[in-house]
Amino acid sequence: MQLAKVIGTVVATIKDQALTGLKILLIQPLTDDMKPSGGPIAAIDTVRAGQGDLVHWITAREAALALPEPFAPVDAAITGIVDNVDSDHKVGIKDKAEIFDNTDATDEN
Amino acid sequence: MILARVKGNVVATIKYPCYAGHIILIVQPIDEHGKDKGDSFLACDAAQAGPGDVVLVEREGNTARQLLGTPDDPFHSVIVAIVDKVIVKE
Repeated sequence: MQLAKVIGTVVATIKDQALTGLKILLIQPLTDDMKPSGGPIAAIDTVRAGQGDLVHWITAREAALALPEPFAPVDAAITGIVDNVDSDHKVGIKDKAEIFDNTDATDEN
Repeated sequence: MILARVKGNVVATIKYPCYAGHIILIVQPIDEHGKDKGDSFLACDAAQAGPGDVVLVEREGNTARQLLGTPDDPFHSVIVAIVDKVIVKE
């Protein structure tokens, strides 16, 4: 699962039968800082997302499970429209010294 | 499974129905010394993790579906454990 922004649509007339009636959107995968993460991807929309929406999407075989016909040749699907991203950059790792003891040893040297 | 730290969470009202009731967290992959590695992504929580926790994340659908839902639900990445200690012997 990853964040992405909807940047466009894709229209295809000649396609696999299982893709009939599905909306294909072009999305740009993002990190939580809203920086691009790789290149744009065509994904099937399951939540009526639109241009400019921040969404979350899944990849791999599971993407097809979100469709009415789960044996469709699909490897990316939009699964939600994101309302809010709550990411705290100050939080870091709690008890880092306790979990990564070797790190502290090298830091001290 | 990969090591990651939890950075925060994501809220979505309109979503695929199987996601109702599941917490979606932002996870940042880290290396064996706790340093950030690669881009952050999202994962469903199955271990009651919170921001600042070091966790194990599976990026594989079968595990996710077993832990979170029915065999037909489109889950892909899931947090399966909260890490207490990482010991590296080089």
